[in-house]
Amino acid sequence: MTPLLSVRGLEKRFGAVIAADALTLDIAAGQKVSLIGANGAGKTTFVNMVTGYLKPDSGSVALDGVDIGKRSPRNVAQLGISRSFQIPQLFIELTAAENLSVAVSGARTHGLSFHSPAEGQGRREKVLELLERFGLGDLADRPISELAGGVRKLIDIAMALVRRPKLLLLDEPTSGVSAEEKFVTMDRVIHAVAPDAATLVFVEHDMEIVSRYADRVLAFYQGRILADGDPSEVLKDSEVRRYVTGGAR
Amino acid sequence: MKRGLHPVVMILLVAAAALFGRLLPTWTLSLATIAASNALIALGIVVLARTGNVSFGQGLFYAAGGYGVALIANAWGITDALAQMLIGAVCAGLLGLVIGPLLARYTGIFFGMLTLALSMVLYGALVKTTALGGSDGFNIGRPTLFGMVFTDTREADFMLYAVSVVTTGLAGVAATILFRSELGLASLAVRENNLRVEYLGISSNRVITINFAIAAVFAGASGAFALMAQRHIDPQFAYWTTSGEFVFVAVLAGYQSVAAVFVASIALELVRSFSNLYLPNTWQLVLGVFLLGVILFLPRGIGSLWIRQRRKRIERASGPTVTIQNEAAQ
Repeated sequence: MTPLLSVRGLEKRFGAVIAADALTLDIAAGQKVSLIGANGAGKTTFVNMVTGYLKPDSGSVALDGVDIGKRSPRNVAQLGISRSFQIPQLFIELTAAENLSVAVSGARTHGLSFHSPAEGQGRREKVLELLERFGLGDLADRPISELAGGVRKLIDIAMALVRRPKLLLLDEPTSGVSAEEKFVTMDRVIHAVAPDAATLVFVEHDMEIVSRYADRVLAFYQGRILADGDPSEVLKDSEVRRYVTGGAR
Repeated sequence: MKRGLHPVVMILLVAAAALFGRLLPTWTLSLATIAASNALIALGIVVLARTGNVSFGQGLFYAAGGYGVALIANAWGITDALAQMLIGAVCAGLLGLVIGPLLARYTGIFFGMLTLALSMVLYGALVKTTALGGSDGFNIGRPTLFGMVFTDTREADFMLYAVSVVTTGLAGVAATILFRSELGLASLAVRENNLRVEYLGISSNRVITINFAIAAVFAGASGAFALMAQRHIDPQFAYWTTSGEFVFVAVLAGYQSVAAVFVASIALELVRSFSNLYLPNTWQLVLGVFLLGVILFLPRGIGSLWIRQRRKRIERASGPTVTIQNEAAQ
């Protein structure tokens, strides 16, 4: 059976720094994969290469057997990979509903309409339903500039979800969220994405979140995959404890 | 959420504005025609500015429309005002479609300076082209409408006033529909974060190109009206100070409201006319102080006056929701 995402010999260097060192991995449909690693280990570079923002020096990335290594972020999104960002990338002056409405426009198969209202009735309902799923229905008409960082994070994820992607990549979904709220936030994210994105890859530094929500962990170190497997095994691995988690858990 | 006037109401207002010309003194008709023509090209700049890009060389399309009309009208004897307006719009629109995709790859000051450079290239070429009258330009005949020839000056001025007001008004209605549309919202998104727009599957270059072409069409039609009003064209149409005037109107208006463009254009013409009358040697100074005042007190333009009020009304209507922690935009 063809894996959903197939990566072979992926390499990327920034001068003397090796950000991706012959990465090879497969991700099957339906998995919840967590990427862990210290800062600079290559997690975000991997996400950037998979989503077309960075072009690999060599190697290949395939989605459902289709090579996407040289495609633009727009093409990759159209093929079924969406992402959220460590620092939410939103349209600050627009409202939450308008942000999602832009995402709905992008998800349509034909071009942007010159005359269809961006906030027409059917679309408004769809946007509100999505916001409600994240518990943000009340904030639909608030400009993003007035919203807190945690709320922005959820809206960023909601925008990525509009396309009903085959693969959803979340870059540190709980960063900036207080320790008391991180499980609530992650519960909300997992619940909200479940109907639309069966396969999830998330970058995470919090090992409690990783062990609770991931069914597979990839530990990155200096652009390589140090360990790959079940969270309970990977987090106990001596090299992972030494180079990645620093003995956490 | 429903916002602003219904397009049908706007069309009725446009018709009323055109008929209102019957009540205006003759000298104000030409002033209003110029104001409407300037509003049309400034509206195009506002359409483009919603993507975060300002054209400092809209005179390029203004001149392309004007020269296109003048050459075709003289060659084929087309005198109909509507036909001339359409010819101007098509000539400039085609040029916009050629240039737009090339410029869409640039942003900010690079975009603005490239548009300025292109308009000055056209200016230089026109000045050197003796077949087009060189720096003196050339004349065209008085426009007609649906075969009617206007020998009376007031009737001719009113005809041009009515055609320009209706055209600009309908362009305003179209722009309002555009601003509320998917493309309009995507334009604002491109302005704020074009990378995220790409990640959502939308081509930001395409959004900019479409807005650029629309701005070119409006500029071409505006150039045609200026030509019809003056019955003369010269390279000054493409000169940078001409483009600067249109940017002046756009800055005055802001990018949030179509109505503001019309108010700004009329305000500019009134300030210019009256300061020229009472302070003939220092009218540019008055104009500069006027613009400074708007930038200082209404940095988002005249349109922000009522957009801000509308937002407050919406917030009051939605009532208190949840406590939101304010923080600086990231």
